[in-house]
Amino acid sequence: MNKPIYGVMAEFDNPSALVNAARAAREKGYRELDAYSPFPIEELSDALHLHKNKLPLLVLVGGIVGGTIGYALQYFVTVMYYPINVGGRPLHSWPAYIIITFEMTILFAALTAVFGLLGLCGLPMPYHPTFNVPRFAQASRNRFFLCIESTDPLFDHQKTCEFLETLDPREVSEVAH
Amino acid sequence: MMANAVDYSITPQLRTDLRQWRIRALVAGVLGTAVSAAGFFAAGPTQFYRSYLWSYVFIIALTIGPLAWLMLQYVTGGAWGLVIRRACEAATRTLPLVLVMFLPIVIGINNLYPWPHAKLVAADELLRHKAPYLNVPFFLGRAAFYFAGWMFLAWWFNRWSLKEDLEGHDAVHTKMSRMAGPGLLFWGFSVTFMAVDWVLSVDPKWFSTIFGMLFMVSQCLTAMAFLITLMVLLSYQRPMSEVLTHRHLHDLGKFLLAMVMVWAYFSFSQFLIIWAGNLPEEIPWYLARLNHGWQYVGLLLVVGHFALPFALLLSRDLKRNFKLLASIAIFILLMRFVDLYWLITPSFRHDSFGVSFLDFTIPVALVGLWLAYFLMQLEKRPLMPLNAPHLEEVLEHGRD
Repeated sequence: MNKPIYGVMAEFDNPSALVNAARAAREKGYRELDAYSPFPIEELSDALHLHKNKLPLLVLVGGIVGGTIGYALQYFVTVMYYPINVGGRPLHSWPAYIIITFEMTILFAALTAVFGLLGLCGLPMPYHPTFNVPRFAQASRNRFFLCIESTDPLFDHQKTCEFLETLDPREVSEVAH
Repeated sequence: MMANAVDYSITPQLRTDLRQWRIRALVAGVLGTAVSAAGFFAAGPTQFYRSYLWSYVFIIALTIGPLAWLMLQYVTGGAWGLVIRRACEAATRTLPLVLVMFLPIVIGINNLYPWPHAKLVAADELLRHKAPYLNVPFFLGRAAFYFAGWMFLAWWFNRWSLKEDLEGHDAVHTKMSRMAGPGLLFWGFSVTFMAVDWVLSVDPKWFSTIFGMLFMVSQCLTAMAFLITLMVLLSYQRPMSEVLTHRHLHDLGKFLLAMVMVWAYFSFSQFLIIWAGNLPEEIPWYLARLNHGWQYVGLLLVVGHFALPFALLLSRDLKRNFKLLASIAIFILLMRFVDLYWLITPSFRHDSFGVSFLDFTIPVALVGLWLAYFLMQLEKRPLMPLNAPHLEEVLEHGRD
């Protein structure tokens, strides 16, 4: 009878209850959890230990790639393909390259940030199991949700529900796949 | 109705430490002054004034830079502003000392600048043309005007801040925030003209329109590096150990990174435009700085004033680490000395790179005396504004 579920979810009235709940769940040993709130809560990222992700590294690599492409482009054009003497300056006049190198660094870093963010978040995502909880629509208005996912090694339907009940939520509900 | 759980006044322990720092700074300052005074006779007055000028520009940055941050935090608000506010106020209260320190430049004006020499001016069409602006009485009048403006702003913000401590922020906070905008405007103009008067006019025929902006950002960078170092030193003891957290430091570190980048941006913009134009009236300034050994100093600036701090400060963890961030801030302060030296001294030493012993003793003398006076001012008031609006939120911002 045990149909696999996505997880269990608790609903809270205010942000501090959510932060406390997230902290308590981390302390209890749960790792696969996610929180949903209508607005960003800085403490929440700390409570969930969400600060480390791959995005900064991706952006750095994107920036370096962009800068290299920008510099190489100008080098090949002005030194190899169309060598033109401008006021007696050397063909490889690096100061003149810097602006475009800089702009290409910024452009590639920014594009990597946008698309890297979408990619790492798995967006666009037209369907998500949390939508099966009817009250979840409130998450974009005035309710705060904490979901413990069934992939967590400590996850046990009964016990996890009981644990969430101890955190004083408005409601604990099951999230179907 | 003081609901504050934390007492922000300086503890006896911290006061003892601050006094100790002050005595050390004073000893260094006095020794530096003595050696520099001997150097005045050993190396000659011209060398003395030349070393004095660039060292003094650093002191101005330590004093006027915090004034800009002080006004900026009234305009923008934010937790970072409240934690550095008292240090900024103390730095602006050193202005009387900085005014006294300006006197050697007035006395040495003939040794420093070509334009007060009537013979030189008479022989040169261009200098004759610039004489209505570049002459001694107008130069001194402008300097007096800058100092008057800065001292007025320093007086204004210190006065009302004290009143806020005593009576609460309802009545007085708008007085400070309303003055901050016009004050910043005055600061921008005065620093621009100051840079042109005191530094650029060493080479009266050379000009650069971004020169003033370069000085604005340099002052903000110097001030922020100094403030970060000070905050980290204060963070080991109450009351700041109760207040200051890695979040505040992270914000200050971001400013440091931003200023490092803007400095590089302005410096390179100036270089690129003059290099690309390659005009006979502009390029000699850079020819002096990119030849005869000076190019290595320039290279040191590219690496040490931009590339290295930039790469390190990108890291989020580093900006939250008290010791590491303070180390970088101190390194940047050293680089600020190198930058000022490279900016000013080649105008006097076209032919070869060189350093006088006065270029070491005068900075030690000025910074030592300034620090001693600054620490005396710092211990006069509690280290946090007691009745600032949003004080509780600022403390909350720091907590996890």
